[in-house]
Amino acid sequence: MQAVKYARATSVDEAVQMLRDGGDVARVLAGGTDVIVLARERRRDIDLFVDIKHIPDLIGIDYQAGQGLTLGAATPLYEVYNHPDVKAHYPALVEASHVIGGTAIQGRASLGGNLANSSPAADGIPAMIALGGTAHIAGPNGRRDVPIAEFCTAPGRNVLETGEFIVSLSFPDPAANSGSAWERFIPRNEMDIAVTNAGVYLALDGDTVADARVAIGAVAPTPLLVPAAAEALIGKPLTDETIEAAAEAARQAANPITDMRGTADQRRHLAGVLVKRVLNKAAARARGDE
Amino acid sequence: MVATPEKPNTDKPAYKVVGTRPVRPDGVDKVTGRAEYGADIKLEGMLYGAVLRSPHAHARIKRIDTSKAEALPGVKAVATHADFPKQESGSLDLGEGSANPLWLVENVLAGSKVLYHGHAVAAVAATDLHIAEDALALIEVEYEVLPFVIDVREAMLPNAPILLDDLRTNVRAKGVDTPKDVPTNIALHMRLEKGDIEQGFADADVVIEREYTTAQAHQGYIEPQNGTAFWNRDGQLTIWCSTQGIFSVRSQCATLLGLPESQVRVIPKEIGGGFGGKLTVYLEPIAAVLSKKSHRPVKMWMPRADIIRATGPTSATHNRVKIGVKRDGTITAAEVNLAYAAGAYPGSPVGAGALCALAPYDIANQRIDGFDVVTNTPKTQAYRAPGAPASEHAVEATLDELAEQLDMDPMELRLKNAAHEGGTNSAGQPWPRIGATAVMEAIKNHPHYTSELHGEDTGRGVALGFWFNGGMESSSSATVNSDGTVSLILGSVDIGGSRASLAMQLAETLGLTLDEVHPHIVDTDSVGWTGVTGGSRTTFAGGWVAYDLGEEIKKRVVERAARMWDVETDVVSYADGVITGPPDADNNPRSMTFKEIAKQLQRTGGLIAVSATSRRNTQGAAFAGHIVDLHVDRETGKVEILRYTAIQDVGTAIHPSYVEGQLQGGVAQGVGMALNEEYYYDDEGHVVNASLLDYRMPVANDLPMIDTQLVEVPNPGHPYGVRGVGEAPIVPPAPAIRNAIYDAIGVRMYDMPMSPRRILEELGPQNGSAS
Amino acid sequence: MTTDERIVVTATINGEERTWLSSSRDSLLEALRERIGLTGAKEGCNNGNCGACSVLMDGRLVNSCLVMAAECEGANITTVEGLAEGDELHPLQTAFLEEAALQCGICTPGFLISSKALLDWKPNPSEEEIRFWLAGNLCRCTGYDKIIRAVEKAAEEMRS
Repeated sequence: MQAVKYARATSVDEAVQMLRDGGDVARVLAGGTDVIVLARERRRDIDLFVDIKHIPDLIGIDYQAGQGLTLGAATPLYEVYNHPDVKAHYPALVEASHVIGGTAIQGRASLGGNLANSSPAADGIPAMIALGGTAHIAGPNGRRDVPIAEFCTAPGRNVLETGEFIVSLSFPDPAANSGSAWERFIPRNEMDIAVTNAGVYLALDGDTVADARVAIGAVAPTPLLVPAAAEALIGKPLTDETIEAAAEAARQAANPITDMRGTADQRRHLAGVLVKRVLNKAAARARGDE
Repeated sequence: MVATPEKPNTDKPAYKVVGTRPVRPDGVDKVTGRAEYGADIKLEGMLYGAVLRSPHAHARIKRIDTSKAEALPGVKAVATHADFPKQESGSLDLGEGSANPLWLVENVLAGSKVLYHGHAVAAVAATDLHIAEDALALIEVEYEVLPFVIDVREAMLPNAPILLDDLRTNVRAKGVDTPKDVPTNIALHMRLEKGDIEQGFADADVVIEREYTTAQAHQGYIEPQNGTAFWNRDGQLTIWCSTQGIFSVRSQCATLLGLPESQVRVIPKEIGGGFGGKLTVYLEPIAAVLSKKSHRPVKMWMPRADIIRATGPTSATHNRVKIGVKRDGTITAAEVNLAYAAGAYPGSPVGAGALCALAPYDIANQRIDGFDVVTNTPKTQAYRAPGAPASEHAVEATLDELAEQLDMDPMELRLKNAAHEGGTNSAGQPWPRIGATAVMEAIKNHPHYTSELHGEDTGRGVALGFWFNGGMESSSSATVNSDGTVSLILGSVDIGGSRASLAMQLAETLGLTLDEVHPHIVDTDSVGWTGVTGGSRTTFAGGWVAYDLGEEIKKRVVERAARMWDVETDVVSYADGVITGPPDADNNPRSMTFKEIAKQLQRTGGLIAVSATSRRNTQGAAFAGHIVDLHVDRETGKVEILRYTAIQDVGTAIHPSYVEGQLQGGVAQGVGMALNEEYYYDDEGHVVNASLLDYRMPVANDLPMIDTQLVEVPNPGHPYGVRGVGEAPIVPPAPAIRNAIYDAIGVRMYDMPMSPRRILEELGPQNGSAS
Repeated sequence: MTTDERIVVTATINGEERTWLSSSRDSLLEALRERIGLTGAKEGCNNGNCGACSVLMDGRLVNSCLVMAAECEGANITTVEGLAEGDELHPLQTAFLEEAALQCGICTPGFLISSKALLDWKPNPSEEEIRFWLAGNLCRCTGYDKIIRAVEKAAEEMRS
């Protein structure tokens, strides 16, 4: 473990101040499940943890019909997947947050942390992109909002500037007759980093796709929104052919590498498999079959 | 030739304690967090040690400068290879396998070269763990990076990078010439041969030849290696550690440190899993040197990444099997060629692999060649049935293909060729009573085997497994206390319930309850020499000693009662904890319970204390047979285990729950090896998946319940019929799964692990990748 | 390299208020084991993948290797040492003993704490739910079979 110090912030302004004073070697600590490992293994130069989870704005879940969902960025995953409104309206978030790490990780880890860690294989990010989420950021120059689809810039890198952190995440209220779903492929049945993952949001108008967002992960330097996959669906009936077209768009968008967790071919193939599976699942939800 | 089936002998004597399922004596401490494992120790003035490791797979060490580390406040000692005395070539017994001190000391802290990524280079002791880690970063090491070789077959090529300049091939194969006197990575070429192999293949109607690879897999015990040492100023060294063998640690440390064994005391702490991986020393000698230099106790334990990179996995192997059969299923000849990667220093388990490969079968004409090959990977160590899973996998997989070609039931083919009493093994030694046929019959008749399998892309597979089991030496002593309880003093560490299984055998012998026998595990100064807890030997050999102790106590109790009653000893008897003599002068019956006579021992000639040593080699072999049902997802290549049954000849199950547990644990490790576990090396020879996230051992929802059937064929070489059970069950899972995958999707897998990626690749574009 | 700070932390551990001196870089696991002397929670991997260090923090299941000691100021921590009440073992502890759900025992404290968190949340879990919940706790000895049975048995015991 690096020679880190610890400071607890109780307000957003205090946290901004601490992070600004700490400079590049100050890091936000929420659930700590990624950042503590980074510091322990000396993979990043960190000498100050600013604990933000005691800031009231950072914890909590608020859903308003017609408005949507706001999550405090440090809200632990287990609160997310156990929340009745999240379960009712954002099943993709439930599916992703339920399998990030083991149960003990979920007692601490948060979707804000998952996003800020910006791993290409992050399980939460494709779900959040598919649901059209926005990250609300605070920093020395005030507040700003960034679409989650544009948040990550490279493996472990993102739009946050020195002193900035994510305060909350918000998601629009899903349309009527819509559904979302998320799935990943891992060699075991739990506790693995995704070889590939995929999240979708789908709204139907009768048999026709009124709206769609498709996102895939672990197939590029950042999780990807795949507009071509949505275009293959929107305005068309949801059939095996249109689903296959969306899957093909996902395979085309994928630009994976080969590493210990999977080969490039395997990942590209799985992107197609998973997109088909989550589209079918989301469609069933949109139709009220599930 | 058809073997005469040996009928399972189910007429077990009526035992009172043996065969019951009591709560283990060390149980409460282990569920309340009180049990002290190696890293739980805290001593006054204790320092924390940490190890600097090689970032290269192969390099010459040109210079080590520790001065900056030594200057860091809080650092009390730094150690390198130079702190150890020079070693001579020799052999230290590790229980399962052996170690050459010349190489062992190099593995503990590298001398002139580092031979694998993670090889220990220097160590530090400091007042705080964090400071020790900081100090590591201040040690400067200058390396000359050398070409490296990871793959066993590449390491055998004439132009391969050479790891050890002095290594020459030891040829133990009749008819093979001694190779030229040039450096090589092939440490050993051994051969087992019987019959006339050419004639055997000529007599065959069908001959097939297949090649298989298996990956390096780690034992994966959850408790990290650890060692705490205190080197007193009078030269007495005390070591606390989690090991499978306290006497083995004593002899390794005494040798590496140049101390007489009598000056080294090893105190066992509870051990959190070993599976063969905790027989050799890593940290103990380093902690000792750091303690000698700092005059303070030093505690060390390994980070998980170091455990994966620098302690012994099992060998990666490349094997070839050729088998010939007649149309009726009789195997006429078998040829096996095994190449096992030893890691950085010679000593893979290829010898055991060779002896096990064909063991379940009676094959008249056979030849087995084995090669022990050094590679730039961590030195392999024993792992549950060391060497057997790889060689038997190759044979079991090939037999499945033969059964298909002959259109025979795979169990029928095996039964037709089953090893049996009176036959000989691959080394030409005669088999005693063995359970091969009994296990094969049990599989054939098991409701799992005869049930229907439903569903698309589901398959069923079976396979056999064999392991020798160990005998070796165990010592114990026992004291009869004045309240009628008995203390049982043990030198075997308890890795999975041996306190219970050994105390139960003494209680059975004495006719007492388990509550009345108290097992204690003590240090090397407090009990006679005892071999390691390994080789599936502890309940067998320790049980023999417990029985001998019980018989001796009974004899002395009878003598004492005879003296008290003033009668001859031959008219006094002992049964079920009651001593009975002839009626007294008034014709009243005379008897005493064990408790009653215990109370009088002190006044009638003293308490009874006995000790015993057993060195019997009548352990008998273990045969396991497994049935697996699974589903393969054709789109992802992922295997889901649906149902699993493990059948084994266990001799007599002393504590059936722990015997079942051994079978279930072996299955889980075997499934891990079959499906996902492997070392992943990058282009620079680095192990990149050195974490429990990416070294994928099975988690709770990867497995179904694992049914067991204990076939009890009592071992005639043991008073309670005990046979070792722990190792054989890791052997059948991989071939059973491999055979089931074929049944499910028609794909034969030749490389392990059979990961989703490999299965997807085998399925090919039409089924898999193009979807 | 900057030097770490000495910090004083006060937290309730197994119902008792404890104050201890830590390094600012100690994890909760290191503090429990090396500063406080509660060694029931074990280090198996030190990065949240084995569950041997599981403890409850304010009633929530966490990996103590992924909690900084400094974060524990004012927290309520339960370790395996706090599971039994006096001489009375927790039903999970009894079930683990009776079902032979441990071999070497190193993972047992983590499994007990994790299982307690499960049964606190859901008194009647299915086998699938138990396996999923416990997937973050690795056991290399048992193949999980007897652990799952022990949790089922304890759940039944606690419901009656």
